[in-house]
Amino acid sequence: MTETPNPVAFTPERLAKVKEVIARYPEGRQKSALLPVLHIAQEQWGWVSSEVMDHVAEILSIEPVEVYEVASFYTMYHLDPVGKHVIEYCRTGPCCLMGGEEIYDYLKQKLGIQAGQTTADGLFTIKEVECLAACGWGPVFQIREQFYMNLTRERVDEIIEELSK
Amino acid sequence: MARKILTEHINVPGIETFEVYRKQGGYAAVEKAIKTMSSEEVVEEAKKSGIRGRGGAGFPMGMKWGFLAKPEGVPRYLVCNADESEPGTFKDHHLMKSIPHLLIEGMIVSSYALGANKSFIYVRGELMYVIRILEKAIEEAKANGFLGKNILGSGYDLELVVQPGGGAYICGEETALLESLEGKRGNPRNKPPFPAVKGLYQSPTVVNNVESIANMPWVINNGGDAYAAIGIGRSTGTKLISASGHIQKPGVYEIELGLSVDEFLNSDEYCGGIRKGHYLKALVAGGSSVPILPAHLITKTAAGEDRLMSYESLSDGGFATGTMLGSGGFIVFDETACIVRNTWNFSRFYHHESCGQCSPCREGTGWMEKVLHRIEHGHGSLHDIDLLVDVAKKIEGNTICPLGDAAAWPIASAIRHFREEFEWHINSPKEATQPGAVFMGAVLA
Amino acid sequence: MEEVKPQLIKITFDGIEVEVEPGTTIMQAARKIAEADESQGHLVPPAMCYYKPLPTSGGKCRACLVRVAAGSAKDPRPMPKLVPSCITQVQEGMIVENTTNPAVLDTRKSIVEFLLINHPLDCPVCDQAGECHLQDFSFEHGSVKTRYEEDRRTFDKIDIGPFVQLHMTRCILCYRCVYTADQITDKRVHGVMNRGDASEISTYIEKAIDNDFSGNVIDVCPVGALTDKTYRFKSRVWFSKPEDAHCDCDKCSGKVTLWYRGDEVIRVTARKNMWGEVNEFICNKCRFERKKTSDWVIEGPTKVKRSSVISANKYRKDLIAKPDFALKLAATQFKPIDDEREYTTDSETIRHQSIENNDKANHRSLLTDNRN
Ligand SMILES: Cc1cc2nc3c(=O)[nH]c(=O)nc-3n(C[C@H](O)[C@H](O)[C@H](O)COP(=O)(O)O)c2cc1C
Ligand code: SF4
Ligand code: SF4
Ligand code: FES
Ligand code: FES
Repeated sequence: MTETPNPVAFTPERLAKVKEVIARYPEGRQKSALLPVLHIAQEQWGWVSSEVMDHVAEILSIEPVEVYEVASFYTMYHLDPVGKHVIEYCRTGPCCLMGGEEIYDYLKQKLGIQAGQTTADGLFTIKEVECLAACGWGPVFQIREQFYMNLTRERVDEIIEELSK
Repeated sequence: MARKILTEHINVPGIETFEVYRKQGGYAAVEKAIKTMSSEEVVEEAKKSGIRGRGGAGFPMGMKWGFLAKPEGVPRYLVCNADESEPGTFKDHHLMKSIPHLLIEGMIVSSYALGANKSFIYVRGELMYVIRILEKAIEEAKANGFLGKNILGSGYDLELVVQPGGGAYICGEETALLESLEGKRGNPRNKPPFPAVKGLYQSPTVVNNVESIANMPWVINNGGDAYAAIGIGRSTGTKLISASGHIQKPGVYEIELGLSVDEFLNSDEYCGGIRKGHYLKALVAGGSSVPILPAHLITKTAAGEDRLMSYESLSDGGFATGTMLGSGGFIVFDETACIVRNTWNFSRFYHHESCGQCSPCREGTGWMEKVLHRIEHGHGSLHDIDLLVDVAKKIEGNTICPLGDAAAWPIASAIRHFREEFEWHINSPKEATQPGAVFMGAVLA
Repeated sequence: MEEVKPQLIKITFDGIEVEVEPGTTIMQAARKIAEADESQGHLVPPAMCYYKPLPTSGGKCRACLVRVAAGSAKDPRPMPKLVPSCITQVQEGMIVENTTNPAVLDTRKSIVEFLLINHPLDCPVCDQAGECHLQDFSFEHGSVKTRYEEDRRTFDKIDIGPFVQLHMTRCILCYRCVYTADQITDKRVHGVMNRGDASEISTYIEKAIDNDFSGNVIDVCPVGALTDKTYRFKSRVWFSKPEDAHCDCDKCSGKVTLWYRGDEVIRVTARKNMWGEVNEFICNKCRFERKKTSDWVIEGPTKVKRSSVISANKYRKDLIAKPDFALKLAATQFKPIDDEREYTTDSETIRHQSIENNDKANHRSLLTDNRN
């Protein structure tokens, strides 16, 4: 969990990336950079606080409410602090056919938390998501950019152990 | 071996790099198109190929390109739809991560055909690792003169931008995608105006699926007529099918359109049959949005003909006894699957993914989900079944975008073909809610 | 120089021919019929989201869906689906069916149902009662019973400042207030958060909506989701008497309607036309601060439709005889309109709670408390 400092500022590398992203779009269309810039913000802070959103609005010369509207529409942005690893678990039909529900129950039991909760040590948050376009390789969950596929109980044990180190 | 257009080289080691891709004949289509063809000629080949959009609706690609408005002095855009979020569909993911240059090459020739100088690939944000693969491929293509200013000395400029989504199935709908690309909420637009007239930044825009665009290099290299010779009838070419569920070998397969459903399902070249010791109960042939079919309507149509993997054959019988090819998400259910549970699961998906703009979908999807949840958990009543059918009917056709239809069809078709199973859940809640319990009525009868 | 008149377009709407300018929508064509002949008012499709003075509004609620039986003289094929009349442009020779088509009326009934399933039906305590478009819409086009047995959706309350009261549960997400803020005020601070049926009008972090024209969101809101805080519970609309008045205002036209209870001005609103729309938006000073008769030049009683509850001063017996007015009365006089619905209040009906909660967690992206 990272606190957003006041005042909010991107690291120099990320700021450079933000500028590069903004330059991709035609003149006056810098609002197009909103989704990618929010991803960069989340990468830096782990979640997007309202302070971060206000900062993004300033960078893109749009109203803060335009950022809130967008960030709350899309499911990938965490609008509240989350654990170090957010396990985004696919709960959709095809994965369920591949045993997704059973593995999900196992995961929740193992971590002792439900969807939307974070373990006491702040390491894991479980978030339910819809189909991740990996149905043939289900059950599936994702942590940041990494996909974990063909999950079994043993695989879940390994992953959690690895990430708990 | 069946004909492969998209996946011929997919297993070549290193195919994700420019060198290897180029060695396998990659970017020849860019050279051919830009050096020897006019943009109109490229559009002409697309028309001749008869290829239909692979994103779900199956609209002829060449015709769509032909509709693009070309007012003086206004930029035109090509946007590739790589939002792939339809449950059961994972082909674009597979293609982009395995052979990214195929999409890049397709984007170059397609942009050239449409006269676009800036084109976008909108990839669902969850696939950030794929975005990085695509961005690397773009860098390589640029370094080798296939992208950027004055491509191959022709005077044609093209810049490719990969745009991440933020997590929203609705952004697969083309106008929601454009809104999202403009940095807004993914609210679909009312049509008309269509994107071909007013799309991205109010400029004429073509939106095409990843697979549609990835076919273009082959079409340019071999000609539209050669493409049209593959497949069956108006279903020309090959199609990527994402196979999942209770089969021996889930995965992505390229088939020639017109292959029989039986062969696709049972041969070792493809799905390899139902899991050992089990048998087929139901099938969703084209992604979660299309009607579900019961076992007896899968390999044969109602008229007793062989059912084929083609746009026409799968929809044979209309919604009464047929379904749709859709995006090619082939989800197989054996007898252990509970149709009610799956229908509830899908309805939850649509409820969760509705953008919430128009009242029938915003309110109706939530309502249907709640009723299905009740039935699934043993608290339904018989009139709930009629209620579901009626609510689905009231949503269908009355919404801004087809998500409303997509939410209605799976429910309507599940009730149409598996009503007894719904009734069992209602009449025998104790049995039906046992863990792992499934309705066997149809089998015993 | 001779003035070139634009070629008029002729369409048939519910059997009535009307000529309009190119670019006109079906809705505007229907309104033109009614403006020429008030007795045809019932032909006009209801609009819950469309608001003519706000360009880009419309197309969302689907209340105004109509059937196009012939697209144009050139291409007389019917359109495959019902179309939103508020944003669909007319074509020469188009034939439109509204009240003459049972499928249209049936669909409209279901739109009422959709809009009501999550509506709190708290008309008895709602300041909008009596001038609420959702009330009118449901009385005119809905059915009495609801088939909805689930819990209604709820929202956390937020405070959006000293002038405007937000009751999110009543909102039908017409987006009018958002367009108003975009188009009339210089800075928008509220909008639509979240998505699907969890969408809500909000400022996200609690802040006052504060600028000279922000009060206009009250007038455009078709329901009681945005109401005047300075008027809360002061009266029921049918007990008050509207007078047109104006003042010399440096910010707006100064043309308003004053709502009197006895000698007291209890509320100031902009003037609405026969479609319930404001053409001249007013500033907050006129709306919230000029509440003495001496602030104004009185022009005379506001013209209101005879059938309105306002002109009746209260619900009149002779009007109650009409079936819809009996219902209207029932609704506004302290009884939820769906009184007749079959309630199943046992635990059975709340069992979807768990999934609801589960979903909320996901919808709002994990941990909601942080916002408070
Ligand atoms: C709710 C919804 C979701 C969609 N999702 C996708 C998608 O993920 N990928 C896609 O290519 N098309 C999707 N489509 C179809 C697109 O709107 C559009 O028809 C398609 O991208 C056009 O490309 P094509 O002609 O090449 O198929 C979706 C449509 C709807 C209504
Ligand atoms: S049908 Fe659903 S997803 Fe499509 S615009 Fe309407 S509310 Fe949004
Ligand atoms: S608050 Fe009122 S005006 Fe705003 S969207 Fe809701 S119903 Fe419409
Ligand atoms: S259903 Fe889980 S990835 Fe598609
Ligand atoms: S008034 Fe036309 S859709 Fe709402």
